[in-house]
Amino acid sequence: MEKHFAGRPAAPGIALGALFTFSTGRSTRAASGAVESEAEALRSALNAAVTDLKDLIARSTGDAVAILEFQVALLQDEVLAEPAFSAIAAGSAADHAWLAAMQQEIAGYEASDDEYFRARAADLYDLRDRVLAHLTGSTIEAIVPPGAIVAAVDLAPSRFLAIDWSRGGALVLTAGSATSHVGMLARSRGIPAVMGLGVDLAELSGQALVDAHRGVLIVNPSPATRAQFDRDAKAAASTRTLAAAAAMRPGVTADGTPIRIMLNIADPRELADLDPTICDGIGLVRTEFLFHDRQRLPDEEQQYAVYQRIAEWAQGRPVTIRTLDAGGDKPIPGLTPTGESNPFLGVRGLRLSLARPDVFRTQLRALLRAATHGNVKIMLPMVTQPRELVAARGMLDAEVAALAEAGIAARRVSLGIMIEVPAAAIAADQFDAEFFSIGSNDLTQYVAAAGRDVAAVVDLADPTQPAMLRLYRYVVDTARARDIEVSLCGDAGGDPRAIPRLLATGMRALSMAPALVGGAKLAIAAVDLRAISESELWPS
Amino acid sequence: MTPFFPHDPVPKNNVMHTGSALLTNDVGLHARPSVKLTQLAKRFGAHVEFSLAKNGPWVDAKSPVKVMRFKAAKGETLHFRASGSDATEALAAIVALVERGFATDGDGSSQTPQV
Repeated sequence: MEKHFAGRPAAPGIALGALFTFSTGRSTRAASGAVESEAEALRSALNAAVTDLKDLIARSTGDAVAILEFQVALLQDEVLAEPAFSAIAAGSAADHAWLAAMQQEIAGYEASDDEYFRARAADLYDLRDRVLAHLTGSTIEAIVPPGAIVAAVDLAPSRFLAIDWSRGGALVLTAGSATSHVGMLARSRGIPAVMGLGVDLAELSGQALVDAHRGVLIVNPSPATRAQFDRDAKAAASTRTLAAAAAMRPGVTADGTPIRIMLNIADPRELADLDPTICDGIGLVRTEFLFHDRQRLPDEEQQYAVYQRIAEWAQGRPVTIRTLDAGGDKPIPGLTPTGESNPFLGVRGLRLSLARPDVFRTQLRALLRAATHGNVKIMLPMVTQPRELVAARGMLDAEVAALAEAGIAARRVSLGIMIEVPAAAIAADQFDAEFFSIGSNDLTQYVAAAGRDVAAVVDLADPTQPAMLRLYRYVVDTARARDIEVSLCGDAGGDPRAIPRLLATGMRALSMAPALVGGAKLAIAAVDLRAISESELWPS
Repeated sequence: MTPFFPHDPVPKNNVMHTGSALLTNDVGLHARPSVKLTQLAKRFGAHVEFSLAKNGPWVDAKSPVKVMRFKAAKGETLHFRASGSDATEALAAIVALVERGFATDGDGSSQTPQV
């Protein structure tokens, strides 16, 4: 019997396949069933955890080193995992065996009369979870069958990236929000995704069909539904073939106007299979990925290495890297403020960077150094008033000077701003930035006072409504008068339905998820700018 | 007769050497001293065992997991026994380490900082 579940579309597309459910808590790893592969999984998780810890030791000082060395000593002691390997030999799954063994070891510490030994239980919990993370994270690829409809409550970005999506599939989350990091990754990879289904995971099993255009999951589809799916899939496949061919050609309108096509990147791993010739550069590198899924903030060297890789990938094309845009819907534990009544109107983006100059300076230094490996530009998020840009530029110049004084290779790069706060859009002429990039997602939400992840008001958050087009046009005109570059990097930039109107505002550079490039270039090729009239731009 | 445990790490015909030392650390044989003790024991080829009582039970002194399980407190006497070619050197070094409060050679202090 066919069952329909409604959620929110998070990444377009359709898919048919077997549901694969996994929850994100512990002891959820699917066992391989083979003793040798379970034992091997535990061995490599133990090794990976030791490598982690040694890496941490190299970056730590004082008592932290002693604690970490103690943890390494325990992990490298075969005695610790012996009961787990015995349990695996008797048929247990690696994660269950490891948890049970550690539980027993931890109980021994917790039962101690001695306060000091009781406190060491925390080290064992730490070890338990570190190994478990490797156990569940590193094996996900092997677990998820290619082409599956992956169902979860929510999904960490690193897990999404660990799944083999090369044979298609789809993502359905019972929680999650379209604006979340994993939603961005799904759009970027072209994986259909539906979020906020609001059902119990237990209800999701068997064959399923995902229509991520409408935000629907259909479990046990009827033959008639499947027949319709086949027709839709054929149409989508031919569109995809056309788009794939179009992606390799430059972005040009029917009247011959060149349009610069840039990429939005949320994680450098997205670049792995991408040919840089499909784009004119990277219009937005989100750097939040560096700050997620880790226990401490990334240091300068770690950031430098990642930025360098991205800069080199682009082979001389411009790479616009946005400084940390934490806060709002992207909290980072230990960095973003907690307890804000409305995080979207609170300390986020550049506001947070200016409040945490230590974190900001580290990122600026890494960016300036990476700029020696490519055409790097720095972009500031959530700028509201000109003095914030002045403050950030002051810090940037200070780091340029400090690096030069220390004899470290670095390059002063151009500094631009996101236009995503209405105040900055309305008074764009007041900002002495070296480029503008319109963040149409946030700008629309703030202008329309409507969240994109609130189904009841999502129609109000249309990024091509007249109020938005007027703002885009003003920002484009201001940039042109000042002779600086302007682009748009919200989801509208890759949306074929929005593209004609965006071009009508005078916008000539669009930044989008890599999977959308082909479709966007097709949409651009269909636009004849000579035929676009004012009435089309401002519908009555 | 085939031995029950063919690869018994304790050579049966070897002479067993023993030694002991009083634990003077305020917090006992905690994390850092345990690591120091086991690391030191591992430097020797001898099989070294550790106990809180003269007659055992004995555990491998090269295993930090097992040493920590004893939760030895200040004032207890640590017993060691060793067999193998460098057994006497191993015992002397380990007893000296415990007697100087696990201070690293030459760092002068009798107490290591607590972890």
